[in-house]
Parts: sequence; C-alpha cells; structure tokens
Amino acid sequence: MSEPRTMGLGRQKIVHLEMRGITKIFPGVVANDRVDFDVHEGEVHALLGENGAGKSTLMKILYGLYEPNEGEIRINGQPVRIKSPKEAIALGIGMIHQHFMLVDTLTVAENIALGLPSSRGFVTDLDRVSKRTLELAERYGLHVDPGAYIWQLSVGQRQRVEILKALYRGADLFILDEPTAVLTPQEVDEFMGTMRQMTRERHSIIFITHKLHEVIATCDRVTVLRNGRRIDSRPVAGCTKLDLARLMVGHDIVLPKITSAPQRGEMRLELQDVHALSERGSPALRGVSLQVQAGEIVGIAGVSGNGQSELAEVITGLRKVTRGKILVNGQDTTGKLPGELLQIGMAYIPEERMRDGIISDFTVSENIILRNHNQTPYARHGFLLHRIIREVADRLIRMFDIRTPSPTTPAGNLSGGNIQKVVLVRELSRAPKVLIAAQPTRGVDIGAIEFIHKNLLEQRAAGAAILLISEDLDEILSLSDRVAVMYEGQIMAVLENKDAERGLVGLLMAGVRPE
Amino acid sequence: METTPLFSLAVVTGILTAGIRLASPYLFAAIGEMFSQRSGVLNLGVEGQMLMGAFTAFYVTLRTGNPWLGLLAAMLVGVLMGLAMAVVSITWRAVQGISGIGFYIVGMGLSELLFKALLGEVKVINTGFNAIHIPLLANLPVLGEIFFRQNIMTYMAFALVPLAWFVLYKTTLGLKIRAVGENPHAADTLGVNVAQIRYLTVTMGGVLSAIGGAALSIANLNVFQENMTAGMGFIAVALVYFGGWKPFGVLFGALLFSMVMALQIFLQVYRFPIPSEFLIMMPYILTIVVLVLTVGRVRSPSALTRPFVRE
Ligand SMILES: Nc1ncnc2c1ncn2[C@@H]1O[C@H](COP(=O)(O)OP(=O)(O)OP(=O)(O)O)[C@@H](O)[C@H]1O
Ligand SMILES: [Mg+2]
Repeated sequence: MSEPRTMGLGRQKIVHLEMRGITKIFPGVVANDRVDFDVHEGEVHALLGENGAGKSTLMKILYGLYEPNEGEIRINGQPVRIKSPKEAIALGIGMIHQHFMLVDTLTVAENIALGLPSSRGFVTDLDRVSKRTLELAERYGLHVDPGAYIWQLSVGQRQRVEILKALYRGADLFILDEPTAVLTPQEVDEFMGTMRQMTRERHSIIFITHKLHEVIATCDRVTVLRNGRRIDSRPVAGCTKLDLARLMVGHDIVLPKITSAPQRGEMRLELQDVHALSERGSPALRGVSLQVQAGEIVGIAGVSGNGQSELAEVITGLRKVTRGKILVNGQDTTGKLPGELLQIGMAYIPEERMRDGIISDFTVSENIILRNHNQTPYARHGFLLHRIIREVADRLIRMFDIRTPSPTTPAGNLSGGNIQKVVLVRELSRAPKVLIAAQPTRGVDIGAIEFIHKNLLEQRAAGAAILLISEDLDEILSLSDRVAVMYEGQIMAVLENKDAERGLVGLLMAGVRPE
Repeated sequence: METTPLFSLAVVTGILTAGIRLASPYLFAAIGEMFSQRSGVLNLGVEGQMLMGAFTAFYVTLRTGNPWLGLLAAMLVGVLMGLAMAVVSITWRAVQGISGIGFYIVGMGLSELLFKALLGEVKVINTGFNAIHIPLLANLPVLGEIFFRQNIMTYMAFALVPLAWFVLYKTTLGLKIRAVGENPHAADTLGVNVAQIRYLTVTMGGVLSAIGGAALSIANLNVFQENMTAGMGFIAVALVYFGGWKPFGVLFGALLFSMVMALQIFLQVYRFPIPSEFLIMMPYILTIVVLVLTVGRVRSPSALTRPFVRE
C-alpha cells in the first residue's frame, strides 16, 4: 500500500516537538503565559485546563493560526517559524478543531482535496483522492463515503473526515481539540480505537478534552494549564481522575447528587402522544408521552440520535408537532412560538450552543440579557438601560465565573467553554418555571460541571420543572428524580431514581426491554 | 389595417436571433458576477464596469479601427475596476453592497465624462465585430440564422458558460472558489489564501463585466451613448441569484430575459396595441416575478458579503 502523500518533500518526520516560553496576549487577556510544552513520536499527550485556560490558543499557535508574542517552537531540535496553516501542514502538523472546519456544500473528497495540488495540474483528481481516502479509511477504521456531501453526515462522520484530511496530508503530529465532546459514547469508543491505531503507526497526538476518564484511558502524559500558565506536566500512569481535577482547578471537586426526595408540585410539562419529523423528514418522535412536575428533574437517557434533540425542539416550539399535544402549566401550547413559551416561563439550553445559543458579534452582556432585553429592569419605554444591564451582567459573569476580558467583549471571542457558560447564565438566571437542558455540560470543564449541577439542583429546590437531556449516564443518574430512556423516538421506560440501575438503563438504551 | 401575421416563422426566427444576440452582454457580466459571489463577494458595481468597458472598447475601436484592440483595452479597464473593488471590499473590508453602488456611480460618471470630453456626440462605427457565418451550419434552415450567423462576441459569451462550469466544478481553482465562498475559515486552515482567491474572482468579474459592455458597444450596437447599459449590470446581478449561482442556471436566466426583451422590441416595432411603456417593463417585471418564485430554492453561498478575518 502506498504511503500518504507528504507535501514538504524530503522533510523529516516529527520525532520531538517542543514549544518554549510561549506567550500570547489578546486585548485584555494573557491567553498563554510563558508556556512550555513538548510531545514525542508515538505519544498521546493530554492538554488539560479549565475553560479559557488557553489550550486552544496554544494549539492555534502551533498550527500557525496565531502568532505568539514570545517564545519559540522547535522540531527535532531545529527552531521553526510557523506563520500559517500551510506551513504547519508542510511540517507535518494536522489539527482537528474544536469547531469543525469543513465546507458543508462540498463532498468528502472535495474537502480532502481542497488546497492540495492535483496530479492533473489545474484539473481536480477527485477519483484518486477518493481512492486514497478509502485506503486510509480502511487502515485507520474511519469509514466514510468519499462522495457524500458533508451536510449529509453525522457529527461522528464529520470528525472522521477531519482526521482523514490530516492523514491525507501526511501529518505526523495530530492536534485534537476536544474531539470527543460531540461524540456519542459508541463513537467515542471507535474514536479511541482510531487513536490507538494512529499511535501504532508512530503518529503523535495532542489530545484536549474535559473528560478525565478519557485521559486516564488513552494518554501517556498530561500537561495542565491554568489561567494561561503551565501548572504541571507528568506521566498519566499513577494519576487518578481526582488528581487531575485538582491540578486543573486547584481544589477538590465533588459533583453533587440528589439526596432528598423531590418536593413535587403541580404538573408543569405534559406531553401526550407527541409525534414529529426529523430534519430529513423521517419520523423522529413516535408517540412520546411524558410528565414533569414542579420541583423534579426528569432525565432523558439515550444514545444520541434517538429523538432527544427533536424532543427538546418540539417542547420549545422550534419544531412542528405532527400529532399529539403538549401542555405547559396545564395550558395547551402545541404549535406555540418560542417567544410565547418564553413569556410563560420556559427556558431552554440548546444542544448546539455555538450555533443556536449566542449571537457571536454581540457582546457578552448583550447575549446575557438577550431573552429579557425588552423587559424591566433592562429596558424602559423601548430604551435599553445600559447601566443596569452592565451591573446585572457583571454580577452574573462573576457568579458563573465566565472568563472574559470584559462584559463588552464580543461573545464570539470567548473560549469554547465560556461561550457555553454565557448561554447557561442567561437561561438559568431567569428563574424559569420549566427548564429544558440539552447536554448542558458538553464541552465545559469539570469546575463548570460542578457549578451547573449545583445550579440545576438549586432550580429544582426552587420549584422548577426540569427536563435534563444528556448522553452522560453519570450525569443523568446523579441528578434525575426519574429517568426516561429514549430509543428510536419512543420512551422505553420511565424509572424512579432508585430503580434506575446502570445495567438496566444501558439495556433500555440499546432498545432491549428486559422481561 | 393590413398586418402581417404576427407570429410568422420569419418573425419568430427574428425574435430568437435577436434574443441570442441580446443575451451576450448579460452572460459575460453575470458569469463574472457569479464567480465573484461564489467566492463570497457581492459586487454591485457591475453596471459601472460595463459602462466603462463599453466606452473604452468603443473609443479605442473608433480610433484604431480594430475591435480586438478595443476589446483588449476594455479588459484592461475591467482589471483596474475589478482590482479597485477588490481592494475596497477585501483588503479594507468595506460593506460590499454600499461600495458596489459607489463603483457603479463612479463608472457611470466617468464614462459620461469621457464621452463628453473625447467624443462629444453619438458616433457610429462600422469597424465593430460583424456577424460571422459558420461554414455549413449557417446554411441550415432556421437554426442557421438563429445560432450560426452571430457576431464573435456572442459565440464567446455562449462558450463561456461551459468553460465557467468546467472551471468551477472540475479544477482545483474552482474548488477553492466554492470553499472560500462557503466557509473561508475551513479553507484557511487548509492553507488556501482566502484573500488571493477573492482578489482573483473579483478582478475576473471586473474583466468579464467590461467585456459585457464591449459586447454592447462594439458588437451588438456599434455605438456608445451615455448610460447605454440602462440597468443591464443590475439585471446581471439578479440573474446570478436567478440562476442559483450555477453557470447553466445563469444561461437559462439570461436567455429567458433576453428572449422576452427581443419579443418586447418586436412587439413595439410591429405596433402591437399595448402601451410601449408596459412592453419595456415586461422583462423587468418578469425578472422580479421569477426571482420571487425562485427565492429559497437554492441557498446563496454562506459567506456571501462577509469579509474574512482570521479570529
Ligand atoms: N480571538 C480572540 N480574541 C480575543 N480573546 C481571545 C481570542 N481567542 C481566545 N481568547 C481568549 O483567550 C483565553 C484562552 O482561550 P482558549 O480558547 O485558548 O481557551 P481554552 O483553554 O481552549 O478553553 P475551552 O476549554 O473553553 O475551549 C480566553 O480568555 C479567551 O477569551
Ligand atoms: Mg478550546
């Protein structure tokens, strides 16, 4: 089998890459402060840190997207200057970004061929690209159809395309920025397999994640950043999850659990035999009936793609109900608009917070008040009251520990996890009657998870009816008074917390109903 | 009143022949605009570029007697105008809709000024591109007249369509153009120079618009008048939307529009009992109707009008 094509002719394989004393300053923040970092051939090196610690920034410097203010990069002992992604690629560095970098309207093969010289000069050689892509896919277990359009692919498949793009360019060193944040547990398992195959082929991997068990399971070494500084680098062997969490946030982390029985109040949310279609027009919800009372958390467990996203969307008025009824506070809200639902006390933490949660050109404080912008205390007679907005935003930013240079920074400039927090703040600070939380802790650091979990429990104690949709079974089991398991658009069972035993829930998630 | 049967074969042939010829300026300009928009830049200065192209081509042809020199000069002016638009919209990241309108006004004013200074009055040339009869094919009944006795620029305009299709869908450049207009950040991370690609398409758009103007002044009409394009550049922009940002879609739109235009002219000539004002409006009304009907059918390039900044 042929080797993947390398662009830098005759370049050396990356045996050891070193970043020394890297400093990067953005207006108002020191994102990296004299950071040292290195990675060896065949090594998986985890990069850990809270949201906004500077992980993505450090890696973007390595990939030539940012220029550091200070510091140097050495490959195999030789200093190099990486001024653009093109140069990084030529040196054998590939990056899979936190937010996918794919062109939706192009095919897989076209995305892979983009920017590469063709064997036919001006004319594209997509047939060859497809063939070679299939070879690489075979070798690394990254199955995907080269002729498919990106928009047709699932998140997991898109990620495979991202990895194939880098493999195709002959990368030795792979930067993976939170690759598992968007994957289902099954996809994560496959992904780990791919990572193992990559190290077997002597590739090096820098792996950013907030899931500590993944670090323990796959990494050789770990470097921890905090506030832009390197706290420690050490071998993973011998570390526990608790050790890592402590390194990251500087104190012990204990995730809260429900301990008391719920103080159930009136019926707040009721679904009666709800049907709905998916984006592609196939049935996504097939007769869902569900009830959530004030003061309880109902968790929706299930492998993603079994109708959970659609469930959140029908409840919040973003998707049409084709049959059945939805009642909020006893009032029929089927077919109501999102704005009307907002008025009667519904809050929604969307799954795709990047896309649906913020307006990236708006400032952090504008994003925080977005939902209530035309109400007191933020506005009077149609005018925004900036002083009050500023005060409220300041308070919430401090309370939720959002790392932003100032409340007037455009939200799009924040780190991935801090963008998530902006959405969370906005929805949670409204003291909602009904709260729909879809994957609320995806992509946020362990400290933030603790905070969010505590907050959900506070809302519960305050009498909110909460529907928690999550793929993280631990999260579901530790927070839900009742657990509903979804499979293929239906609720397989609703279990009381004490009966929701892990093995049983797992079986139900796979569509097996035990006798 | 004695009238010839309105839709005799000869009349229909005449309308179709004229329709084909009328389509050529639109095709040049709209294909150019399509490339520009595909890469993410909305150029509303097409009209101004056409006028400058029309004037330059006419003036040089008038002075030298050689339409090829006229065409070349128009292309050079197109390069300059395209580059100017590129600097403003790509390097300076100006709001594209507004700067485009600015270039339209500049092009119109400048061509008017030059016309007054250098020509002073409407002149006619007889050294423009004449009809070329394609051997054998030109003798085919009906089809020969419609398709194979056109001027060279009309042939070029139609040849441009498959060529544009090939460039857009079959070349590495085309792939980059499509990527840059859809997700410039993704293209950037793969080492594609976003600004460079956009400079190229916007400049090429300027050249093609200028050629479109030349098609009018030294091939179809052989005169130059102030503001002779009368909105053709804006129609060309509309045709890009209409054609769904696809070369053959643009061709279809341009043909539909120019055929209605030709029909309208014939109806006027034959003194069809409809007010001529209404007849003149016909193609434009049609454009609006079709645009409204086709809206939402295809998605525009996602990065259209968005300047690129690496975050
Ligand atoms: N383009 C930018 N402009 C201004 N500030 C930025 C920019 N990119 C990042 N920052 C700031 O730099 C800091 C580090 O951000 P970075 O994205 O590296 O964090 P991270 O460790 O990747 O966090 P997360 O886990 O949330 O993804 C943050 O405070 C962020 O607000
Ligand atoms: Mg990050």
